Amino acid sequence: MSTRKKVLWGVAAAVIIFYCLFPIAWIVSLSFKAPSDLSNQSFFPSALSWENYELIFTGSASDLFLPALRNSFGICLIATAISCLLAMFAAYAIARLDFPGKTLILSTALVVAIFPVISIVTPLFNLWRNIGLYDTWPGLIIPYLSLTLPISIWTMSAFFREIPWEMEQAAQVDGATTWQAFRKVIVPLAAPGVFTTAIIAFFIAWNDFIYGISLTSTEAARPVPAALGLFTGASQFEEPTGAISAAAVIVTIPVVVLVLLFQRRIVAGLTNGAVKG
Amino acid sequence: MASIEMKNIVKQYGDGFPAVNDVSLDIADGEFMILVGPSGCGKSTLLRMIVGLEDITSGEMIIGGKRVNDLAPRDRNLSMVFQNYALYPHMTVYENIAFPLRLAKMPDDEVRRRVTEASDVLELKDHLERKPANLSGGQRQRVAMGRAIVRQAEAFLFDEPLSNLDAKLRGQMRTEISRLQRRLGITTVYVTHDQTEAMTLGDRVCVLRKGKIQQVASPRELYEQPVNLFVAGFIGSPPMNFLPATPEGNRLKTPFGDIEIEASRASKLGGHDLLMVGIRPEYFEDASLVEEHKRPLGSTFRARVDVTEWLGDSQYAYIPYEAPEAITNQLRDLSRELDAEELRTQAIVSIDSTSRIREGREAEFWLDSRKVHVFDPETGENLTRDAEAGAELTRLATQDRVEQVEESQSRASAEQETGGATAASA
Ligand SMILES: Nc1ncnc2c1ncn2[C@@H]1O[C@H](COP(=O)(O)OP(=O)(O)OP(=O)(O)O)[C@@H](O)[C@H]1O
Ligand SMILES: [Mg+2]
Repeated sequence: MSTRKKVLWGVAAAVIIFYCLFPIAWIVSLSFKAPSDLSNQSFFPSALSWENYELIFTGSASDLFLPALRNSFGICLIATAISCLLAMFAAYAIARLDFPGKTLILSTALVVAIFPVISIVTPLFNLWRNIGLYDTWPGLIIPYLSLTLPISIWTMSAFFREIPWEMEQAAQVDGATTWQAFRKVIVPLAAPGVFTTAIIAFFIAWNDFIYGISLTSTEAARPVPAALGLFTGASQFEEPTGAISAAAVIVTIPVVVLVLLFQRRIVAGLTNGAVKG
Repeated sequence: MASIEMKNIVKQYGDGFPAVNDVSLDIADGEFMILVGPSGCGKSTLLRMIVGLEDITSGEMIIGGKRVNDLAPRDRNLSMVFQNYALYPHMTVYENIAFPLRLAKMPDDEVRRRVTEASDVLELKDHLERKPANLSGGQRQRVAMGRAIVRQAEAFLFDEPLSNLDAKLRGQMRTEISRLQRRLGITTVYVTHDQTEAMTLGDRVCVLRKGKIQQVASPRELYEQPVNLFVAGFIGSPPMNFLPATPEGNRLKTPFGDIEIEASRASKLGGHDLLMVGIRPEYFEDASLVEEHKRPLGSTFRARVDVTEWLGDSQYAYIPYEAPEAITNQLRDLSRELDAEELRTQAIVSIDSTSRIREGREAEFWLDSRKVHVFDPETGENLTRDAEAGAELTRLATQDRVEQVEESQSRASAEQETGGATAASA
């Protein structure tokens, strides 16, 4: 690449990074502004203030925020785990076996994925109240599965298709049962796919707002995005902007940590060396 | 160790295509059997039915006297080397080789002993802790072999194991496989495309065409007494030449003059107007270089040479000839089936490398008429095949094999004894 090209690429990258990260930087900056400082007409806070963080962790907003944080973690992790496990079996079957209705399953999954959430949330609200799932963890885990499962099945079956059939046949000839071949050969090879899927599924569940706000009413199950919407200022006349920003920063952290943690597991080309010379 | 018997094996895939059609084949205990044939003739399918990865549509598969049609691969105790090796990329070489033993729940020290033994034989000692991704093609191939020999399997199955290697490594691995098989004395079924592998490795070679067995015989018998046009054209490189011929008593009129054949063979040709004579390239010679006493054993003819190829140790000349349409069509079908380049009606003849025959000139050739075969152009059947002579060749090969196995095994045990003795004295 010529120097000119390099410079152009650099500039383009900088613009894109700025475009993507500017709102985040703004939120971070807002979270450090004291309520009186919010409209100081400048990007940086006049003085660094921890007031908002105190508010959500120990202050008046803490009984709203802390249970919500716990709910979000619990519900999203459980939903992710279940959906990964189910998707693993489903995707394996789709990638490996020839059975009638295979395309039907895949297209149904796609339909479910693009089905507008808002149109089922009201019936679900009524149903959940009647059968006692309203404002409970399972009451959110189940709809979250409907969000995460289709995409998990799609991504994972793509990963499974990449694994050469011979791997499994070799294992069977070596004396493995179908289950042993799956567990000892296919699962380790599919691990990058499983982690990728887990991250995507976790994000989807973590970011949900509509189910969270509609199917919960107390801190028994209310997740963070819903709780943020219920923040109020210290007084009636104050905007809760600062507190919301601080909470938003806090909920972003697990996501970043998760990606950094799993990034090393998502090594592309793990199947290198399996076949050919 | 076990024999493998196949009785009327048929395989139809979902779309009704008979990939293997009524194959009956007996493979003796300790025998090295080669499956060859053009692409798509059902070699892999047959192998995969033996190992249990493919259902058998009908027929019986008997391994070691036991019917295995309905047994899962793991219950057949066979080991297989796949065409692309199928190593487990997430395991080290050691764990790859140990995998079958781990599945059999073998104690750790026994696993170590066996893996070390196998890796010694295959010279993989220095690579045991590496991952397959970091190995060369030949090393990967050896790891795949290691995984196969580490456990006491009833038989080895190979599906074109050397097709991914370069020519030099292929030669090396070929001798290695041969040595290993003799030493272990294990029944082996080996699928290949490669003429050299088929001829050098096998005790017997099974030639398949469109899912049907054409001939099962020792390499020598296949070469000298092929049953039909297909086998004759498939075995040998450069391939056998096929010339049109019309019989007249003991003589065959061909574009290369009259060929006289023995009365006993000529008598088998009755009732045909048009025949095909099969002559291998090396049955020809530059007439000026043939010793006087040999001349009467064949016939001489003059022909114009189109192209010559000098290869140092040998020389080939290409001689075009005219053929009636029936023969040309038959030859075209044959060459298409054998994946050969468009077979023009020209003969490839092998002449001495010192011969001064030049391109574009006319020259005199001699052809040895004792070994020519005559085929029926319609059915492809070899009319002059001497079944007894063929059977004798295969019988000799079987005898050779038994001797070789005994010898290499007694040598191996002798090695072990001296090894044990030195260890004891140390
Ligand atoms: N899964 C399948 N479904 C349908 N037909 C198949 C299937 N697998 C193989 N065949 C057909 O069976 C025939 C034999 O295939 P096979 O793989 O045994 O050939 P092969 O002799 O091993 O060829 P090659 O030398 O190219 O490997 C082919 O004509 C192929 O089209
Ligand atoms: Mg094949």
